[in-house]
Amino acid sequence: MYPTEFQLPLTAFLEPHDVLILGAGNAAMSAAITARKMGASVLMIESADKDLRGGNSRHVRNIRYSHNAATDYVTGAYEASEYMTDLMRVTDGNTNEELMRFMIEASEDCADWMIEQGIKFQPPLSGTLGLARTNAFFLGGGKAMMNSYFKTCEKLGIDIVFEAEVEDVEMEGSKFVAAQVRHKGELYRVEARTVVLASGGFEANIEWLKEGWGDIAENFLVRGSPMNTGKVLRSMLNNGAKSVGVPEQCHAVAIDGRAPQFDGGISTRVDCVIFSVVVNKNGDRFYDEGEDIWPKRYAIWGRLVAKQPDQVAYAVIDSKSMGLFMPTVYSPIQSDTLAGLAEQLGVDAPTMEKTIADYNAGVQPGDFNATEPDGCHTEGVEPKKSNWARKIDTPPYYGYPVKMGITFTYLGLEVNKRAQVFMNDDKPAQNIWAAGEIMAGNILGQGYAGGTGMAIGNVFGRIAGEEAARHARN
Amino acid sequence: MPETETLDEAKRIMQICNACRYCEGYCAVFPAMTKRLNFNDGDVTYLANLCHGCQGCYYACQYAPPHEFAVNVPKTFAKLRGETYRDYAWPGIFKKLFEGNGKWVALIVVALTVIVTGLTYAIQGVDVVSGVYKGEGSFYKVIPHDVIVYVASAPFLFAILAFFVGLMKFWKDIGAKPMDLLHPRALTKALKDAGQMKYMGGGGHGCNYPDDNYSMGRRVAHQFTMWGFLLCFAATSVATVYHYVFGWPAPYDYFSVPVVLGTLGGIGLLIGPPGLLMIKKKADPEPQDTKQHGMDIAFLWLLFLTGLTGLALLALRETSLMGLLLAVHLGIVLGMFVTFPYGKMVHAVYRLGALIRFAHENDVKK
Repeated sequence: MYPTEFQLPLTAFLEPHDVLILGAGNAAMSAAITARKMGASVLMIESADKDLRGGNSRHVRNIRYSHNAATDYVTGAYEASEYMTDLMRVTDGNTNEELMRFMIEASEDCADWMIEQGIKFQPPLSGTLGLARTNAFFLGGGKAMMNSYFKTCEKLGIDIVFEAEVEDVEMEGSKFVAAQVRHKGELYRVEARTVVLASGGFEANIEWLKEGWGDIAENFLVRGSPMNTGKVLRSMLNNGAKSVGVPEQCHAVAIDGRAPQFDGGISTRVDCVIFSVVVNKNGDRFYDEGEDIWPKRYAIWGRLVAKQPDQVAYAVIDSKSMGLFMPTVYSPIQSDTLAGLAEQLGVDAPTMEKTIADYNAGVQPGDFNATEPDGCHTEGVEPKKSNWARKIDTPPYYGYPVKMGITFTYLGLEVNKRAQVFMNDDKPAQNIWAAGEIMAGNILGQGYAGGTGMAIGNVFGRIAGEEAARHARN
Repeated sequence: MPETETLDEAKRIMQICNACRYCEGYCAVFPAMTKRLNFNDGDVTYLANLCHGCQGCYYACQYAPPHEFAVNVPKTFAKLRGETYRDYAWPGIFKKLFEGNGKWVALIVVALTVIVTGLTYAIQGVDVVSGVYKGEGSFYKVIPHDVIVYVASAPFLFAILAFFVGLMKFWKDIGAKPMDLLHPRALTKALKDAGQMKYMGGGGHGCNYPDDNYSMGRRVAHQFTMWGFLLCFAATSVATVYHYVFGWPAPYDYFSVPVVLGTLGGIGLLIGPPGLLMIKKKADPEPQDTKQHGMDIAFLWLLFLTGLTGLALLALRETSLMGLLLAVHLGIVLGMFVTFPYGKMVHAVYRLGALIRFAHENDVKK
């Protein structure tokens, strides 16, 4: 065993390792640990420092994996067939079905494997998002999970260099030769026998997002790591690797507009939309707020908001709805009059007042039920509100600004079941594998079901690690 | 009430935590937090005293510094607890003892030990104190029984009163009803959780120290300390009954109930406090309020010395050192009782109060 984190990078960089892993999130760890346990020497390159290590995995909460029975961590069975149905529905069939089925079936032992690596799960407690049956929750969430991974790496003797960013990937034909790594200002050329690409997507690269979204991407917030700039992905594409997906496809949700540009994570979500009237800055409504229960509609609102002027919208509720949804990290903006609220929010006040008056006039009587679609709807109002429509008439009034928060991107590298990266000639590269967000687009062409990313990362990470270790040692 | 600045910081952090809730599996604090939408002064005071300082939530926190949200629950709550201890101290004039508490406690204990020992020698003379005694009532040949009883029980009873007054002020401020404190089911559950130190369990894996590593070490050391103390207390109680009810004066046989309890308790106090001191020394200061370490360290030493002098007295009770050891042990115990309401011991009072409130909210109110 040799020291890991505090080793001088020069020493780590000089000696070519069997397996070089780009990234240090869940997928990278799955690959690194698997390869190391097979006897390979492993070097991980992590762009963040120790505090922010672990990519987007530090923000996750749970993993969706197939299982045939309840355990200490899930309340019931979630068969592969149901998982498949769920993913086919959310992606609308925009997927590589064979690879999806393979991932789902292989996900069965994800939780057991993670427990073996020292990761701790919690018993199902609150079931906040109704995922207690399908997903196992990490005790303390993703950062605690990553801490356990790093502990295991240390024990196994996996080399890790922090604050090291891959600038470029050097290839000869379809063979990986070396990575250009910048560490504390110095550029190093790091050779290795094989490489596993587990460096995430490019959601923190606004310039790249603009390629898909245009200039409105300037107003997007990034829910996760600022390190996910997609340099490895870009470099691979430049080297002739085959892409999958399109640049505008991503998982994005509506989050509090006051959230930080990066790393706001879970707490910035705004769950009040179904109880609210959502207006844009002109004061107009633009979509049915009560279409379905919130987790199911969580994802579409990011895109809806992105299409509004200045990529911002405002969810307005009255005091009747306070306490019906998850508390928010930022206190709502509050006023005793709608005009006062509009003014504070920066919304055109007369229009918003009229919008809400029209909406109130359209609200039909019904039995309000906060927990399921209750049929309380509007009539004669465009767009209609299908459920949870109650008059906004009881001050104080509250408003939350919402913006699009991008979680991860789907444009990535095409892979097969062995996690091999394909080149544009449709042949797999000789010694390059990919896992995690960088290849998630193979399975997630669009849409998302919470916790799937962790399963993709773990399943393909382990395969990539195994394949790379075997290749390197032959 | 603790200082506004600390209360405000705790409220700020709880609003962030309540929108995240990833830590719900660690302890009672987060499930108690989710029952609330907003946090007033009493709420955060309650939550802070419910926190056992396991630090699991700090290392798990995606919003811990250097994140701009700068969430540090264990440190903030430790600070708030420290202010609770000070502000609920009764009589109020002794609040000052919580500033630089370690030095005060050390000074009081040393002074009392010197005074008790000095008076023993002055009154009884060296020959009596250094005598070798065997059989019934031998201790009382050095210090008369009534003197021991009055010297120890007066500050002890005063401490109980001070605890009670502090607890009632705390109880009112956290918004609980007086009778809830005695609710049988809540009380039973709280005593069980305290007896097992359930929330030093970090969701079953222990506290986090010296870094993000999970370890049962702190819980084990605390169990030795708490149960060591309780066994010593039980030993004294049984001996009191022996003396007054049955008319059997000390010393008792090595295998008698009071001596067995006291021996086990003493051993607990020899193991637990040094363990906690070592953990404190090695631990990462970031999730802690290091300003309170003086108070913690003084209290741990005090418990350790109580156990050590008690066991030494037991081992050497038939030698010429008995008189000296008896005086020193009595001095230390006296110091312990006198400083009880004005030192780390009060954490047990407010922690138990918070646990009763938690049990009441969860199991009774439902």
